[in-house]
Amino acid sequence: MIPTKDDMYKALEERHGKELQKKFASAAVAVCGLGGLGSHIAFALARAGIGRLILIDFDRVDISNLNRQQYKADQIGRNKTEALKENLKEAAPYVEIKTYCEKLTEKNIPQLLNEADIICEAFDDPEYKALLTDMVLSLMKEKYLVSASGMAGLGSGNAICTRKVTEHFYLCGDGVSEVSEEMGLFSARVMLCAAHQAQTVLRLLAGEHDA
Amino acid sequence: MVKINGEERPVQGQTVADYLEKTGYCRTRVAVEKNGEILPKAEYDSTVLEDGDVIEVVSFVGGG
Repeated sequence: MIPTKDDMYKALEERHGKELQKKFASAAVAVCGLGGLGSHIAFALARAGIGRLILIDFDRVDISNLNRQQYKADQIGRNKTEALKENLKEAAPYVEIKTYCEKLTEKNIPQLLNEADIICEAFDDPEYKALLTDMVLSLMKEKYLVSASGMAGLGSGNAICTRKVTEHFYLCGDGVSEVSEEMGLFSARVMLCAAHQAQTVLRLLAGEHDA
Repeated sequence: MVKINGEERPVQGQTVADYLEKTGYCRTRVAVEKNGEILPKAEYDSTVLEDGDVIEVVSFVGGG
């Protein structure tokens, strides 16, 4: 039996404290890209009781995603937005989830991300990472952006860190480990980076602004 | 001198676009911060680095 909304909220309050849970519950966080980073960020935030998640990805679940992303084998072929929403709801049934199955462009970024307090960049393509960073930080100056660069391969997990680049821009990852034919993405290291991003979101909501 | 990613460099007078190209950065894969503010890509060509500027070039690599 699924617990009631009140029971779930009380359980979160007991673990996180009333005041903090109120901040989490009233926050809206956007996750741009629902791959290895984004699907894990979304899970961490949903479990923490973030009030509203805005999930954005144009892609479908592929067999090549299953080594590191929060999807199941029987979800292959489905839109990532819908599949992830379903999986998140199993863990956190009362989180409000808005999905956009589309590609972020210079035109729709301001509109789709408008209601988010904090935006997580979780793309795999470096040009999209740079584009989103540029757009959010120049057009939406009141938002916080938590971005990622460098988490491929099996280098030390200790190299993954969070850096505060500007007042509203945090960058997670080791900064250098690029995905390539020789260097793939491994679930554990990608999760480390995703965890840094989710942790930065929770810290910002708690009023902690250091990296 | 211009402080770029923590190091003083004598590159005043160059545009941001020139500097990125000469140092091997791919402009579509970076974000540039100038004196604490993000510098939009459309302004790379017209922005001339000045003595005392503090620049941070954030380079993105693929994977996610």
